[in-house]
Parts: sequence; C-alpha cells; structure tokens
Amino acid sequence: MPTMTYLQAISDAMREEMRSDERVFVMGEDIGTFGGAFKVTDGFIDEFGPQRVMDTPLAESAIIGCAIGAACEGLRPIAEMQFSDFVSCGFDQLVNVAGKMYYRQGLSVNITVRLPSGGGFSGGPFHSQNPEGWFMHSPGLKVVAPSTAEDAKGLLISAVHDPNPVVFMEHKHLYRRVKGDVAEGTYETPFSARTAREGEDLTVIAYGAMVHTALEATEDLDGASIEVLDLRSLVPLDEEAILASVRKTSKVVIVDEANATCAAGAQVAALIAERGWEDLDGPVVRVSTPDVPIPFSPTLEQAVLPQVDDVKEACRELLAY
Amino acid sequence: MATEAAQSGTSQEAPPIGSEHLTTQDRVGLLRAMLMMRGIEERAMTLYRQGKVPGSFYDGFGQEAVSAGPTWAMAAQDRLCILHRDLAAHVIRGVPTERIFAQYMGREGGITGGRDGNVHFGDRTKGCVGMVSMLPDMMLVATGLAMAFKMRGERRAALTWFGDGSTSRGDFHEAMNWAGVQRLPVIFILENNQYAYSTPLDQQFAVDPVERAAAYGFPGVTVDGNDVEATFEVTRRARERALAGEGPTLIEALTMRMHGHAAHDDMKYVPKEKVEEWQAKDPIDRQTRRVEALGVDIAALRDEVRAEIDAAVDAALAMPMPDGETATDRVFAGEPALLEDGEAPWSGFTARSGA
Repeated sequence: MPTMTYLQAISDAMREEMRSDERVFVMGEDIGTFGGAFKVTDGFIDEFGPQRVMDTPLAESAIIGCAIGAACEGLRPIAEMQFSDFVSCGFDQLVNVAGKMYYRQGLSVNITVRLPSGGGFSGGPFHSQNPEGWFMHSPGLKVVAPSTAEDAKGLLISAVHDPNPVVFMEHKHLYRRVKGDVAEGTYETPFSARTAREGEDLTVIAYGAMVHTALEATEDLDGASIEVLDLRSLVPLDEEAILASVRKTSKVVIVDEANATCAAGAQVAALIAERGWEDLDGPVVRVSTPDVPIPFSPTLEQAVLPQVDDVKEACRELLAY
Repeated sequence: MATEAAQSGTSQEAPPIGSEHLTTQDRVGLLRAMLMMRGIEERAMTLYRQGKVPGSFYDGFGQEAVSAGPTWAMAAQDRLCILHRDLAAHVIRGVPTERIFAQYMGREGGITGGRDGNVHFGDRTKGCVGMVSMLPDMMLVATGLAMAFKMRGERRAALTWFGDGSTSRGDFHEAMNWAGVQRLPVIFILENNQYAYSTPLDQQFAVDPVERAAAYGFPGVTVDGNDVEATFEVTRRARERALAGEGPTLIEALTMRMHGHAAHDDMKYVPKEKVEEWQAKDPIDRQTRRVEALGVDIAALRDEVRAEIDAAVDAALAMPMPDGETATDRVFAGEPALLEDGEAPWSGFTARSGA
C-alpha cells in the first residue's frame, strides 16, 4: 500500500474518479496549467485535457453556479475554491440554489466543493478561515472534514459518488504534514465518525487538523486513558458515535479550530446536553477559536487557534473535576 | 420583413407576421399558450383573494409573449430556467394545468408538493429548473447546463430569463463573462418590464444592459417583448447560433409589467399614462388579430382554454394538502434525479426531428 501525503491522497481520489468516470471533472481558478494554488491538480491538465480540468475566471459564484447546472445534466463536477474563505463569494449559489434544489423540486445536485481551509501559517483574516459552520446551518448540504490521508481520499470519493452537494473541508495545514498508507484504486469512506484512539477516562471530540492536536495533547497525559473521536463528517453528524463515547468515558472535551459561536463543536455540545446528560460526570468543555478574525502575526494567530497545551489543560481540569 | 403574408390576410388590422418559420398551427399554439397563462393567472389571483393561495401571488399579465415565444423555439432536449412571470414556458413544456394550480395552493400535487410557493417551480421531468428568489442566480445554472452540452459535444441549448433589476447583480456579470469566454450555447433573455418592484430603469442602470453584450464578446439584440412571433424568431436565431458553436446571445425583450410586483402592490409609482400606452400593445390582442386573420375561430379557442382551466381548478381543489409529518423528508437525495426532456410543439421540430 503506497504512502501518501494528505494532499497526494486528495489528488489521487480525483485522478481515480476522473479515470473511471467520464462524468467527473474539476474546475477552479488556476487549477489547470498552474496545477492549483496548492498543486492539488498538478499534472491533471496533461492527463485529462483542458475541458475536464477547467481553468475558470476569478468568479466563485460562477464556479459553483455552473457546477450546479452541469450536475443537473448528469455531470459530476468537483469545484475548487482557491481558499475556503472565498466561498463567501459563492455562498448564495451553494446555499440557496444547490442546497435547496432537491427539497424543492426533486432535482439532485451532485457537486463536490473543495474548500482548502484552516490556519496556522500566517494566512491572515482571508486565508485561514474554517467556514464549515455556515454550511452546517444550511439544509441540503453535506459537510465532511478529513484528518488523515486515507480518509481524505475515501471521503472525497464518497462525496463525488453522493448525489447531493458535498462541502469538502480539506485542511491546508495537513496537506504536506500528514502522511499515511492509502489504498490504491477506488474506495469509499462513510460519512460517519472514527475512533482515532480508544480510551476510558475522557473523550476528546475533534475533526480536521484538531484531531492531530488532540492526539498529540493526550498521547501521554499523566497516564490518563483518553479517547479521541474524529468526527470526519459534520453533516450528517454521527450522533450515535458521539453519544456512545460519552457513555463510555462520561467526560468530554470538544475541540474546534473554527470560531466558537455556532461552530460544529457547539452542535456536538448541544447534542450531548440534550441526549447524553445522564451519562456525564462533568461539564462539557469546549476549546475553540474565540470570535475574532484570524490574525496574521504568528504570536497573535497562536494566541487564538487552539494549541496542544490548551487541549492538555482542558483535559487535566476536566479529569480532576 | 415578411409583411406580404400579413397583407394577404383577411383582416387589415392584422399585424405583420413576426416569423416566417411558423405554421398556422404554431401561431394558434402561441396564442393558446398566452391565453392559458393569462387565464390561469387571473383565476389564481381570484383564488388568492379567496384565501386559497397562501403567501403572495405574482403574475405576468401583459408579458405573456416573453415566455411563450422563446419557449416555442426550444427543443425537447433543450433546458429552461424559468422566471416568475413566465408561466407560458411551463404550459408549453407540458406541465399539467391542475398541477400549476396545486402549486399555487401549496397542495401535495403541486410541482414542489407544497415545499415552495407560487411561481417558484420547475418540472425537472420537462427539462425545467425552477428559480430561486435571488436574482439572477439561474443565469449561472443555465450557463452550467450549456457547459455540460459543450463538454459532451451535444447540439443542445439552455435558455434563461431574468429581469432588468437582475442586471445590477454580480451573477449577471459572472454568467455573461463565462458564457462569452467559453462560447457556450446559452440564451439569456433580459425581460425588461421597466420596473424592478418599484425601481424604474433610470435608477437601475446608466446604460441599457443589452449594450453590455458586446463587452462580453457576443451579440445583444432588443426585441418587441409584446410580439410573440418576434420573441420566437429572435430566440430561434439565437438557438441556431448556439447550436452552431457560435456562443451565447443576449436578448432584451422590451415589455411592461402591467400589474404590481405582487398581489399587494397597487403600483402607484407607475404613471397611469404609461399603463394605458402599454395596454394598447397587449400581446394577446396582437396575436389574436393575426390568428383571426387566418380564419381561426377565436371564440372556440377561448372556450376551450376556459374549460381546461375550470377543470384544472376543480381538480387542484380536490387535491390534499401535504402531510405536516413529511416536512422533514427528502432533504437529501438517495438516488440521482436529473432533468428530462419536455414537450416542444414547434412544427420546425416535428418536421425536422428536433435538429
């Protein structure tokens, strides 16, 4: 089984799908000749040609709107936003047209919108955001966020196969820092949670880059047995996996890289309050980014994004509760 | 062009024909579609005032030629993204009349099954995509449909309508630009009815948007939006152009919104003289004179339309309201459900197998 980076796994998923299904194509800004701002589609134009590796004008609403139209005719577009932040310019098409189409008129919209997201590298307020909460709040959109190379490939393939619009949150900070064994060929990863590490004393719930922060923070935490649950999918949210882990450990820390208010973690906390209350031995604790734009300077950025030590501290406090 | 045929008609009042590509049956069909639109909307407004149509109601009184003509020019395998004052498009594509009334009344048998209201619908099984309220979002969806046709090398075209107000939004630019860059087989119909809600044209743009087409690299043409044969003919040419790989066309159909923006709007911001001026240009009157001159029994046609509408209202009123328990169903698709072909009654298709 080959070893791939998270980025290579995403490329591999698209390449596999484009080789096996002529309905699949990619579109976005600078993704063709240049191979994409992060080189995710490097070499694609040589293999698949400019028609299926479509360099678009700088127009996010058009990218998503045209992807919707092509999908209504049976194609399976994978649209790239150069940075997740720019999806705000295509928000209307995604939320109002794609998200509500099937509910209103029974017309399915099989599009995948890739959003390179997240901070940690001085991207500043417009290249570091985690906008998944916007889309969790918009009925009709599925939202997934892999943390490993294996899941990045499998979730992306599942997204392309899914007849619904899927927002694919790929964390930029993981692109070249995370590596793993990735199966060749096509495989689907389900839109459900995964236990990243089994444990007995406390559960840390996270997704995307924060899974790695959680694993590092709890690898050796004063001998405590810490479970780490990787959500992988935010819509649908794997409620049963979350509640099962709460039943097992009775203590929960939820880590979000997104701004705290109405974040995925807020939804998880609400779920536990509603349906897991009797299983808790302490308050639900959240670690997240305060409600500020992501600042540029490294000292400022590190001060707001959840760090390994923040998670350690939260876990220690809750373990002692 | 083609005034001789009109002069040979039986009535001196008949306007010159608007297209040489229409048979008598086509001309009657166009009139019938417009009569259906007006009749359905008049009845729906009554149902609204009786409290049987929830929400509000929007109609296209006086604008019937803007949807009837262009839709007549589109083939079964073509695709349409339809705006809220374009009911004749649904009628021509073959949406059953009772389902239109059921749609207005939020009934289970409506096209959206009560999930969206009034004119917000498109029957996917007729090749139609329903609009959203954010305008002109469907310009991009139509552009994407055209992109699919081009990618697959198919001789098909997409068409969409949008209003004068929509030309102020960015999606107008993004769609025009992309369609121009890619030379896509898409037809943009600017339904210029002179008011965006209460905003008149001189507060909407400094230059007529039809002139912008040149800046995107394709032609923009203005047509009399109250002449159904003219709107047919200009769309027929735009479609030929699209199928020949020559790219998009922007058509400005100049018309007038004769009723308020919606049922509640008394339209006091429109000068009375302007309404009177446009009443004299009524598209149904104009086509009626043409068809009468061909010896067609107009009274019989009107009776037939009225009878269909009466029956459809009865059928729709007998349909149940949707069960509240189903409101959270079918947010996501389990299986793909895509667009299918609609009806395309133009004689040019039946004679030339849709080419």
